[in-house]
Amino acid sequence: MTPVLPSAALASAARVVRRVLAQPAAAVSVAFLLAITVLAFTAGLLGLDPLEQDMLAMLEGPSAAYPFGTDELGRDILARVIFGARTSLTTAAGAVLLAAAIGVPMGLVAGFFGGWRDVALMRVVDLMLALPGIMLALALIAVLGRSQSAALVAVGLTGVPTFARVARAQVLSLRKRDFVTAVEAFGATSSYSMFRTILPNSWSPILTQMVVLSSVAILLEAALAFLGVGIPPPTPSWGEMLRTGKEYLYDAPTYAVLPGVALTLTILSFDTIGRALSSVLEGRDTAVPQPRAERA
Amino acid sequence: MEGPPQMPNPVLSIRSLNVTFVGSGADIPAVRGIDLDVHENEVLGIVGESGSGKSVTALAAAGLLPRTARITGSVLLGGRQVVGATADDLRRMRGQDVGVVFQDPSTTLNPLMPVGDQVTEGEVAHGRLARADAGVRAVDLLREVDIADPDNRARQYPHEFSGGMRQRAVIAMAMAGRPRLIVADEPTTALDVTVQAQVLALLARRQAETGAAVVLITHDLGVVAEVAHRVAVMYGGRIVETGSVRDIFARPRHPYTAALLRSAPRIDVTAGRLDPIPGQPPTPTDLPAGCTFHPRCPLHAGRTRCTTEDPALRPMGPGQAAACHFAEEMGARDPLSPGPSPRGEGRPVAAASLPPPGGRDSERGSPPPLLVVDDLKVHFPIRAGLLRRVVRTVRAVDGVSLSLAPGETLGLVGESGCGKTTTGRAIMGLIRSTGGRILFDGKPVHGLSRKGLRPVRRAMQYVFQDPFSSLNPMLSVGDAIAEPLRIHGLYDAAGGATWIATLLDMVGLSPSVAHRMPREFSGGQKQRIGIARALALKPRLLILDEPVSALDVSIQAQIVNLLQDLQKDLGLAYLFIAHDLSVVKHISDRVAVMYLGRIVEEGPKADLYGRPVHPYTQALLSAVPAVDVDPAAKRRRIVLEGEIPNPSAPPPGCHFHPRCFRADGRCGVEVPAFRPYGDGATRTACHHAGPLTVPLTPAPETLGASP
Repeated sequence: MTPVLPSAALASAARVVRRVLAQPAAAVSVAFLLAITVLAFTAGLLGLDPLEQDMLAMLEGPSAAYPFGTDELGRDILARVIFGARTSLTTAAGAVLLAAAIGVPMGLVAGFFGGWRDVALMRVVDLMLALPGIMLALALIAVLGRSQSAALVAVGLTGVPTFARVARAQVLSLRKRDFVTAVEAFGATSSYSMFRTILPNSWSPILTQMVVLSSVAILLEAALAFLGVGIPPPTPSWGEMLRTGKEYLYDAPTYAVLPGVALTLTILSFDTIGRALSSVLEGRDTAVPQPRAERA
Repeated sequence: MEGPPQMPNPVLSIRSLNVTFVGSGADIPAVRGIDLDVHENEVLGIVGESGSGKSVTALAAAGLLPRTARITGSVLLGGRQVVGATADDLRRMRGQDVGVVFQDPSTTLNPLMPVGDQVTEGEVAHGRLARADAGVRAVDLLREVDIADPDNRARQYPHEFSGGMRQRAVIAMAMAGRPRLIVADEPTTALDVTVQAQVLALLARRQAETGAAVVLITHDLGVVAEVAHRVAVMYGGRIVETGSVRDIFARPRHPYTAALLRSAPRIDVTAGRLDPIPGQPPTPTDLPAGCTFHPRCPLHAGRTRCTTEDPALRPMGPGQAAACHFAEEMGARDPLSPGPSPRGEGRPVAAASLPPPGGRDSERGSPPPLLVVDDLKVHFPIRAGLLRRVVRTVRAVDGVSLSLAPGETLGLVGESGCGKTTTGRAIMGLIRSTGGRILFDGKPVHGLSRKGLRPVRRAMQYVFQDPFSSLNPMLSVGDAIAEPLRIHGLYDAAGGATWIATLLDMVGLSPSVAHRMPREFSGGQKQRIGIARALALKPRLLILDEPVSALDVSIQAQIVNLLQDLQKDLGLAYLFIAHDLSVVKHISDRVAVMYLGRIVEEGPKADLYGRPVHPYTQALLSAVPAVDVDPAAKRRRIVLEGEIPNPSAPPPGCHFHPRCFRADGRCGVEVPAFRPYGDGATRTACHHAGPLTVPLTPAPETLGASP
């Protein structure tokens, strides 16, 4: 059987990546995210420990040993921010993948079959959209208890409606294309049409949504932690650090600043990449050079 | 090129015009040094295939090129220079000196403005017409283009107009300021053949009334033969031949012109095999060195002059010029008899014999039919309102009966909206039928589920009209052709990559292209890929839905020949759906004519084209512009009134009666039965069926009837 993503898709993906990187803001954002990811997963090797408590240095300002100071338990804020990135990025990635894994098939089925399936699935989506995302997440965590996987599921479910709608819109526009009808004329099953023909041709808007939703997921995960229902301590998390840091704003002003900056830059980076990606995929990135009015 | 001496002042005079599009990537030379003159009262037809530069030339004449175009040379319109003119000057020229008719009337008109206001908009904006008088003027203009009830129509919006009426309104708009030059860019390409006949007649009449010069851009040689006085043939951004219509069609001096005339299927000739031009038209970014036509030219014959030197347009006789180094060698030949046979693009072709002529009589012990369609109905409900109640039903197919023998070709023709594509898709099971029976190989296939249709679909395949959208852009050519096999789990059983290579070879493509992506191919090549894919499962029936209508004339002939070869080799049956009566005549054994969801006449090709008995068939055949410039042989023409009615509200009785020249009271009440006519093999649905004796309407005046 053919691979689901044939070499053509890979070749065009490489082209897309090149054109995204051609935009300076996007290139900086990609570099930042790469750096923070690499740092988050190798920090242990550098000797940073987010859990080690230094009882002699609590809530201290920047020093040679702790460039961004320490928290109320004498833990290195820099180390906690770097490890916090691990929490944020894995939760966001997991949540987005979960949202896509549920939302995309929902949208495909709703758009492909139409009729009662469409009505039923889209009303579910409307219902999910009617509840504010944070309310939905809070309710879920109340049921599931506090853990990273609970946060991941809670954040992921709030992203389902977006993927369902994007996928449904793609199906509706692709269904009328002759190459989709052609596959039906060969005798393909409905699932072949949906997953082997329509889905590979829909990857670009879905991918854009994944990047954009990553920033939303990071923010939502931080918000949950800030409300005290995120990942339980002592696991470092940016939201949790902001929540505790705000208690010590007078004593240790640098406490909340670093996680805040990290959070802002990460979200900004995902947003920038998402916008660059959609401009490339919609062909808006290559502006036609101004014509020269050379007329004899 | 010099204009005839008796016409001193050309309205439009183009000298050494070059147009290059600059922008991202390489510069695109669209027009490369052309000279032409158009005089008052003259219609110049510019003919060419896609990418030949014909539309760019027309836009340059009207000063309408985008700012990405780099223009050099001279375009004199009424003595004034268009090249380099300021936007203000151009604005003054438009409407006064030049009017433009575009191809697609549905996008030319502003949907938010009443048609009457649009028709006079230009004159009001130029200050030549007081706003207060615009209403009366609009009604006059619409009346001049034969729009019925112009008082009310002027207040309506474009969506309330039919396609033909919109194009009439666009013509009214273009001619409102009595411009000295009309530029018409494929004005009838988007219209049906019976409506095309009306619009061409109108354009001719208004041209004669106003004495305007007309530049008519078209790919249709029949339209040129019908309305133009002089012709310029364009190829690769240059004029390769120019001359009077009669000279060009009778004695083409350029091998491209001759080849183009030979490759077009003709409605008035029952010829054997089409004689296609090998290869592809050149793309402007990748022009061959020397003469741009040499890779496809039968005269080239390896001579180096053709590959090194771009020939200049040189006089070949009174008023005729050709750009060919060896044009003299063309002189002796009759253009319409096969000349030095250019080799086909694909594999060598067997003897040019046609499949046995039609008229296979179903009653005389012929093989059992492969496909039987009996009283097929496809109705689409239109729902509206909160409760989605069915308010109307579009009867797209309303009782169609067909039968098709193994190895036979049945042509299904009709104008847009007649239900021919819906019929094909319903037979294929892509649209659910509402009623009637479809038997394939004796077994009923109507109403089957997607699963139930799977075995049927191995034996029955579909080829789509648009080769650009029918191939999955994510699959390589080899994977696309293999897809039907993989769906049925037969890839290895069929022979895997070897079978794919065989299929590519069968359709005249190199097996080495299997790993390439569809976007790397031209339209004709993509259609070959589409045909190879349809053949992968070794079907017995191909439903071909307008398989050549999206292709250039010279490529159409290649595909038609390919289809005929494949039929002969593989014993395929074809249901060939098309609007082009010439192509259908060429390929079919039997032909069925559809009108508004019903078949009005069906019979062996020779009978249907030779002695049509249904008035619609008669009108349809007479409306086809023929590549025939001999006025003595000019066929009398029946110009039908009006256009095809809306299929959601068809006329009662015989659907055709409001436009029919034989209709009487009975036709509006009683639906005519579809039954055999006389004792021949023809069946028809008409109360007054019979051969045409005297056309009831005289032929309209044509531009070709010049002094």
